[in-house]
Amino acid sequence: MFKDKNLLVTGGTGSIGSSICNYFNNNGCKDIYSTTTNLNKVRDDQAYIKFKEINLNNIENINLDELFDIDIDFLVLNAGLNKDNIFLRMSSEDWNSVINVNLNSSFHLLKYCVKKMVKKKFGRIVFISSVVAYTGNPGQANYTASKAAISGLVKSLALELSSRNITVNSIAPGFISSNMTDKLNDDQKNAILGRIPMKKLGNSDDIAKAVGFLCSENANYITGQTLHVNGGLALI
Amino acid sequence: MSDIEERVKKIVVEHLGVEEAKIQSDSKFIDDLGADSLDTVELVMAFEEEFGCEIPDDAAEKIVTLKDAVTYLSANSN
Repeated sequence: MFKDKNLLVTGGTGSIGSSICNYFNNNGCKDIYSTTTNLNKVRDDQAYIKFKEINLNNIENINLDELFDIDIDFLVLNAGLNKDNIFLRMSSEDWNSVINVNLNSSFHLLKYCVKKMVKKKFGRIVFISSVVAYTGNPGQANYTASKAAISGLVKSLALELSSRNITVNSIAPGFISSNMTDKLNDDQKNAILGRIPMKKLGNSDDIAKAVGFLCSENANYITGQTLHVNGGLALI
Repeated sequence: MSDIEERVKKIVVEHLGVEEAKIQSDSKFIDDLGADSLDTVELVMAFEEEFGCEIPDDAAEKIVTLKDAVTYLSANSN
């Protein structure tokens, strides 16, 4: 499905990131590049991924040309972190680092990749957002703000780039079984399950397949959209 | 016509698909030659490639005609 195409996905050691890499690898993608904050997190079965160690908090000062001297067809902006706290207890450090990694780092990666995509008149850009960007979530003012901002970015970029055969979309996962949801306790998990009509958490492959769809020829005429993959949790 | 002007003109003809005869040295890429704003970015990238130099954003924004490009590249290309 992805023959002769290259993928760059940020955060390839996380649950969703590694599933995305895996899905594209299984579907014939040529080269798969990824970023991680720590190369020690790379698992043995991820040897096919060309990892670069980057602190996305500091991406402004990194020469991306030296790091990724490659042709990128698919860019998946997946890396993200959360530093939850009720708003009145949230430190400005935690606010800034979440906005910086989840939103600002995308600006720099996009600048680099979009230039290459404009030149060859092809590109598929997919952001991983979150259902909470659309519903809000107590304790996640920084995280929801960073993810909701992506929605505007997706639309503006889609309008700017559609004449060059570059599509820009996002996926808003609901509650996905991942290292982020592993941190929740049983009471929290049960409360969440009670709100999901499908009565189960999603898994990271559900997201990977949605990313695959948006990068495939089946989605050639889809741009500026958000695909909600949430088991019915929020119908938007 | 200088060598630089010749090369710049060739790039403009190729990228914008306009007839060479229609390009005057003061023709504006957007207003006179039908370019959109992304075309101007692509033109600058093509100039960079052809002349082996890097054109910073603030200089790129000032290149709006063939003459602007030739003047900049005459002073800055290798």
